[in-house]
Amino acid sequence: MHKKDKYLGYLYIAPWLIGFLVLTLYPFVVSLIYSFTEYDMFHIRFIGLQNYADIFTKDKTALDSLGKTLLYTAVSVPLKLLAALLVAMMLHKIRRGRALYYTVFYLPSILGSSVALAVLWKYVFKKDGLLNLLLGAIGISGANWLGDPKLVLYVMMLLPLWQMGAPMVLFLAALKNVPGDLQEAARIDGARPFQVFRRITLPMISPIIFFNCIMQTIEIIQIFTPAYLITKGGPVKQTYLYSLYLYDTAFRDMKIGYASALSWILFVIIISFTLAFFGLSGKWVFYGDER
Amino acid sequence: MRRNLKKTGLYLMITITAVVVGYPLLWLFFAAFKENAEIFTSVGLLPKHFTLDGFVNGWKSTAAVPFSVFLGNSCKMVAPTVLLTAASSCLVAYGFSRFEFRGRKILMTLMLSTMMLPNTVIMIPRYILFNKFHWLNSYIPFYAMAALAVNPFFAYLLIQFFRGIPRDLDEAAYIDGAGKWQILARVILPLAKAPIVSVILFQAVWTWNDFFNPLLYIDRVKQYPVSLGLRLAIDADSVVNWNSIIAMSCVSLVPVVVLFLSLQKYFVQGIATTGIKS
Repeated sequence: MHKKDKYLGYLYIAPWLIGFLVLTLYPFVVSLIYSFTEYDMFHIRFIGLQNYADIFTKDKTALDSLGKTLLYTAVSVPLKLLAALLVAMMLHKIRRGRALYYTVFYLPSILGSSVALAVLWKYVFKKDGLLNLLLGAIGISGANWLGDPKLVLYVMMLLPLWQMGAPMVLFLAALKNVPGDLQEAARIDGARPFQVFRRITLPMISPIIFFNCIMQTIEIIQIFTPAYLITKGGPVKQTYLYSLYLYDTAFRDMKIGYASALSWILFVIIISFTLAFFGLSGKWVFYGDER
Repeated sequence: MRRNLKKTGLYLMITITAVVVGYPLLWLFFAAFKENAEIFTSVGLLPKHFTLDGFVNGWKSTAAVPFSVFLGNSCKMVAPTVLLTAASSCLVAYGFSRFEFRGRKILMTLMLSTMMLPNTVIMIPRYILFNKFHWLNSYIPFYAMAALAVNPFFAYLLIQFFRGIPRDLDEAAYIDGAGKWQILARVILPLAKAPIVSVILFQAVWTWNDFFNPLLYIDRVKQYPVSLGLRLAIDADSVVNWNSIIAMSCVSLVPVVVLFLSLQKYFVQGIATTGIKS
């Protein structure tokens, strides 16, 4: 390494460094400052912790939408990961037609949060939509999936489940890395298939379970597009998730300070979850020879 | 015998799952060619009366702006974003994987931790910043975020790959008189074609599908990309014109589906590289 190289490195990472300072760190700090103000894009007034106090004592909408969002996240993340793992395990076992199955399972997640999927979802689950048409054909009269306040949040949980492609790809890659001779040895010693899975496969793929769990939680807790497009938060605010409320507060009502406080509450929840998860990871995540 | 039975069961299970997962998309595709009255009345996948009405009516769109404008806008938004992302992430990945400088480890950790930073907490000030720059109602926010590697996923993906390229190759080129820039251009990049293709594909697909950022930054209908244009159609005729909405939904999905089906392995490698080592 030459001496001038000491600074050349900074030059190469400069795009990211500038982007980080201007478009990530600065907004991050500023939003914390905004959260202590009353700000409508024109006038700014410092009001201390008033926004936070209001949110926790007066704002039923905020607490309701937070509760729904946490419920939504707590149910869909484990379901999605379980589905991804099951599909990955099936794909791992089959040979014939694997490429085709793989494509089918991965495709929905590539389509991401596109508006076309919202259209599809709406048309599948509306009262006279595809699902009820199919159910009707076998003599079952289906529910009003998106119109029934009791059902709708759970129906919306199926969307992330359907899009389990990305974690599925990771699980499959991890399953391929589990040494086959280890499983074989256990089987010869008389371990039943479930025991092999529980004692060997599961620990070996635990780092990926951990990674998926964190990334999916962060993604799903902020989910916006499906609820915004399919149900518009309704009926009777049953799918008015936190990110929708945040968006409305900031960009419709122009309550920038209040919305910033809302966003920091979500941030604190996410960061506590992540740290707690990292803290607990030593107990169940297996890092092989690294530790 | 038992083994065969097990295998059949496995195939049965995976096939049923695949049908459940794949059926809605297939249905959407075929429904685009159905007559309006048929869409929600018959169970069959194939249209009884094949028609292109959905495409013809949907293309004209209800918002006085033809759908082709939205498609053109999406291309204007996506193409530079993708190229800038590829360029910036190559530079940044090279910087992190081949240079020693003070604070490298800390900066690297910072970069990785921004992958977990929720967007909600930075979007408001970012919006205000772009507003102050007079960048709203243009695609400059997208270009700027790409040029400045704001989504660290891409640089990270390339760092993982660059690290795997033996340094002997760098040194051989260096002995031959190549500078740092030439080592990147002549040695590293030609070897890293596959992950760069992954970067390009992911960014292309994500930007094309993106609904939330255009919703924030663009509110002039003439500048709408496909995602926002399609939303207009849903809101405008929520009642009757199913087949034109479905047809335009299919049009918006076609580029993504074609890219995915033809270049699937790059999508798989891209995801797998970033997950496995962290």
